[in-house]
Amino acid sequence: MKVLMLGWELPPHNSGGLGVACYQLCKALAKQDVDIEFILPYKADHGIDFMDVTAARPQDVMTVVEAGGVYDSYKYIYTDGREEWLDIVGQQAMFEKSVAKLVETKQFDVIHAHDWLTFKAGLRARQYSNCPLILHVHSIERDRAGGNMGNPLVREIEATAFLMADKIVAVSEITKQMIIADYDIPADKIEVVHNSIDRELMTPLDSDNAYRYLEGLKADGWCIVTNIGRLTIQKGLFNLLHSAKDVVARAPKTMFLIVGSGEQYHELIMLAAKLGIAKNVLFTGFQRGKNWRDSFGIADVFVMPSISEPYGLTVLEAIEYGAPALVSKQSGVAETIQNCLKVDAWDVHEMANQLTALVTNRSLREELHHNAYRELQRLSWDDAASKMSRMYHHHVSNHPNKQQKVTA
Amino acid sequence: MKAIVLYLHVHQPYRIRHYTVFDTGTKHDYFDAEYDSQESNERILQKVAEKSYLPTNARLLQLLKNHPEFKVSLSITGTVLEQLEKWSPEALQSFKDLVAVNGGSQVEIVGETYHHSLAFFYSRAEFEMQVKMHREKVEQLFGQTPKVFRNTELAYNNDLAFWADKAGYKGILAEGWDPVLGWRSPNFVYRPTYTNNIRLLMKNYKLSDDIAFRFGNQAWEEWPLTADKFSHWLNSEPEATNFNLFMDYETFGEHQWDESGIFGFLEHLPQEWLKTDGNTFMTVSEVIDALEPKDTVDMPHTVTWADTERDLSAWLGNAMQQEAIHALYDLQEQIIATHDLELIEDWRRLQTSDHFYYMCTKYFSDGDIHAYFSPYETPYEAFINFMNSYHDLKFRLSEKGVKV
Repeated sequence: MKVLMLGWELPPHNSGGLGVACYQLCKALAKQDVDIEFILPYKADHGIDFMDVTAARPQDVMTVVEAGGVYDSYKYIYTDGREEWLDIVGQQAMFEKSVAKLVETKQFDVIHAHDWLTFKAGLRARQYSNCPLILHVHSIERDRAGGNMGNPLVREIEATAFLMADKIVAVSEITKQMIIADYDIPADKIEVVHNSIDRELMTPLDSDNAYRYLEGLKADGWCIVTNIGRLTIQKGLFNLLHSAKDVVARAPKTMFLIVGSGEQYHELIMLAAKLGIAKNVLFTGFQRGKNWRDSFGIADVFVMPSISEPYGLTVLEAIEYGAPALVSKQSGVAETIQNCLKVDAWDVHEMANQLTALVTNRSLREELHHNAYRELQRLSWDDAASKMSRMYHHHVSNHPNKQQKVTA
Repeated sequence: MKAIVLYLHVHQPYRIRHYTVFDTGTKHDYFDAEYDSQESNERILQKVAEKSYLPTNARLLQLLKNHPEFKVSLSITGTVLEQLEKWSPEALQSFKDLVAVNGGSQVEIVGETYHHSLAFFYSRAEFEMQVKMHREKVEQLFGQTPKVFRNTELAYNNDLAFWADKAGYKGILAEGWDPVLGWRSPNFVYRPTYTNNIRLLMKNYKLSDDIAFRFGNQAWEEWPLTADKFSHWLNSEPEATNFNLFMDYETFGEHQWDESGIFGFLEHLPQEWLKTDGNTFMTVSEVIDALEPKDTVDMPHTVTWADTERDLSAWLGNAMQQEAIHALYDLQEQIIATHDLELIEDWRRLQTSDHFYYMCTKYFSDGDIHAYFSPYETPYEAFINFMNSYHDLKFRLSEKGVKV
């Protein structure tokens, strides 16, 4: 089975959970004898040996100046000397063009595309190859827009691709339900394949935590509540800060550690100050590597208050690194982990109730984490990979176009 | 002679409502959930009365009248008696009607703690107070003084038998758990070690669970269980003298629904059983009076009637349960010293073992969440509601100038 996989990022060049999920899923698929060629929009060394990673670049482009992360604007310098700044929508169009060209030279049985940025490229590859197209949905536009309509251009891409795809994979039941509600896609076209975690790929904590100051606070009886994620409307941090005010009023030795960057950064700092809890909220900005790991390691509680979270990998990472979790009921991870506290993202009152209980009761934290960790040990990407592998075979053997091609 | 000793346990706790940290220090109505909510005691009591208490008592009453040999022993906690008084006086009356049959000679009320608590293991003074409260409530409502004792969840050990002996009970109930019984059969009367006068009746869990747990299970190889078949099983035990069928009263109509045929089984059991000469029914006191103990039984460790472990781990097995119960009993001295009856009563209602059972994670963490009854979605929610209520008790103490 040869799969043309279309993605936007892979570790270590990822901005969040999408790249990690793609990487770990592919690793598990490779173990099941699935031969993957992973197409990315950028060129970099990922140190991956279990699949081929190929950068899709238009032929007439000489250099791409990458201004920052994979979701920022890039400057394309063409062979004829022209220069062009492309935003994210422009880049996905460029990716489509490049993949269309690339498909001519590749042999594969099925196309597997991750999220809207690669969907048009996926459709183009399907058109040129007559191979079945499976779309993997890690989030839809309504998730990213925090429950709002979002960008109509993106919605249009999603609507078209969902209609034309042979199969849609959703990372959770809530995501499946949102695809049905937002795009009128029949339920039997969508299969839920929950994300998982490959614990062997996680670097263990070392004995010395990067947050010296917080360690001092903890020794003095403080409790650390960590959130890690993009500071964007989807992640529900406004609600968290409002809850935090009520928590701090009852448990003054509570410190909220907000790790990440995003467009709400300044607003959130202002809000913490307005609520009078600036002394109890620390913003660290975006972190990688040891600092990122230690943000989990220092946590007494991990909180993910997302308004909409198709899966929520950080919760599994938090449990692995020793923290019990409070998650919003609007998250996919709430479907797979029983032993975490669950609250409606909009219910600021209940969030404060549960957070207060967590920071004031060690036994609650210990019991939650102990049981969640047992659940985590049972999780594996192998189940997800088996499901995907069966799906590939099913669609390849039942694909009408493919059969035509074979008989012709 | 062979006797069926049917003993039914009636209990409902005061479930704690969704009680948040914002309620702590402002509202003290821990047990007053909205009527339509999961934790509404009034709604649940009325539902159980309708599905179980009223239809079962109607049948029991008929059986008692039709068969003078038919006997039943009941224990009814103080917390359910209060709730029946408030929310289903007709169901309470139906219990009184049972006891009144034939001058009270066919129904015996068994003693226990008023609040269905685990106080025996935490405070002897508090335990004795709750036993006294229960005795007085039973005397007031039913005109009987309990002569046989059962502890909450049938939690039993040598110390409890010693206590009950000294307190003047003629009998005590326990689980007939194989590791304790050894080669012995539960179908005889025993004497606890280190006691003289008291007798021990041990539950035949196999036969009891055939009715209480397996009756409606269509995958069970013995399904459907008929009164005829059940009597036949009992008749084929040549040595036995007494079959101790101990179970939750709510088996009839609530755990086993009407549709399972459980009421038909109950209706037909006496006539099928009494067909054979020498077969009869006895109350717990009657069997103790009638039979000599077969042997002594030593139970140094606490044994309950719950789970495959038959221990207290469903109530006290995890860190949350331990923290919650210790915190609660740590308040005893200050709470009692206030002489504030409402405050003391709220503290006692929080002692009901069900609260700790709802915090049990051993089924939940295995994903087998349907294995236990709880009004809460998770054991953690149960803990949070409980601890917020506990903190409110402390707040009320501090309002009275008591240092906590």
